[in-house]
Amino acid sequence: MHELSIVKHVIKTLREVVEENHVRRIGSVTLEVGEVSGVVIEQLADCWNYFREKDELVKGAPLYVETIEAVTFCTSCEKTYETVKFGKTCPYCGSAETYLLTGNEFSIKQIEAETDDSVEP
Amino acid sequence: MKVIELKMTVTDSNDRDAQALRRELTERGIFLINLMSAPGSGKTTLLSRTITDLAGKVKIGVMEADIASDVDARRISELGAESIQVHTDGMCHMDAGMTRTGLENMENSGDRIVFLENVGNLICPAEFDTGAHKNVMILSVPEGDDKPLKYPLMFSKSDVLIITKSDAAPYFDFDFEAVESRVRKLNPSILIFPVSAKTGDGMEAWEDYILSEWEKRHA
Repeated sequence: MHELSIVKHVIKTLREVVEENHVRRIGSVTLEVGEVSGVVIEQLADCWNYFREKDELVKGAPLYVETIEAVTFCTSCEKTYETVKFGKTCPYCGSAETYLLTGNEFSIKQIEAETDDSVEP
Repeated sequence: MKVIELKMTVTDSNDRDAQALRRELTERGIFLINLMSAPGSGKTTLLSRTITDLAGKVKIGVMEADIASDVDARRISELGAESIQVHTDGMCHMDAGMTRTGLENMENSGDRIVFLENVGNLICPAEFDTGAHKNVMILSVPEGDDKPLKYPLMFSKSDVLIITKSDAAPYFDFDFEAVESRVRKLNPSILIFPVSAKTGDGMEAWEDYILSEWEKRHA
């Protein structure tokens, strides 16, 4: 259960952020997920919904997911193309000497938070 | 409510834990090798043979990570190596925190090679750094030569690929050259060792590699 552990790791990272930034409550969390990062967004949402009822830190906070398109660069003809459609082989010249430019991302982009302003950062 | 921009990778806190663990282990003289593969690839059999062959040359410990049971740890301790069983309680991989806890449960901690036998799975273990010095992936001949195409991340993250059950290649039409060319496209610097733990074929090259990496750290 890949997505479950990913959510656990997100929450662990958020716990550190919360301490550093004197956050009182998290309003929402936005993730950036690449098209070929291997994460199933529907399952991720299910796991999030489970934790947001259980874990005080993210209680009630919605999860927003922004998808990043997967783009591959061909080193032979120096063109870029859609990874999901063509995979590792360049559709223009047939070369396999290609690498992924974007699409493998999985990051926490931002959170909305209520902070305790009485404490100086 | 204000917006805090983070741009942190999801595994950020694990990556930091793993870096710290790797440094600590180096200082304590522990060389940690993370073994990853699908279930049934022959990890424990390979490990048993490796332990027997290296006996007397270097001390070895084994951490068996499984969702449940202790059958693997029993097999290993019968060989005289220290082995502990870690249960991941349903999690599909080991991360740095779990590896650290596991190592704390080992009795003799310094100066040895520790093999972490990760949960049998070709997907998630590749994404979580355990703090190991080397990542070794095992592909067995019956799994087929097309696996680098299906699990690219695992092949690109590994330092070493061991192809086990090489004695069974004639029965499965397994093409070693095809695997090598598929893997090299993903990971040009990976080392590849075809072995049969049953016949002993190729084991020496793999064991020489472990010993030379060990000596590099204990020169």
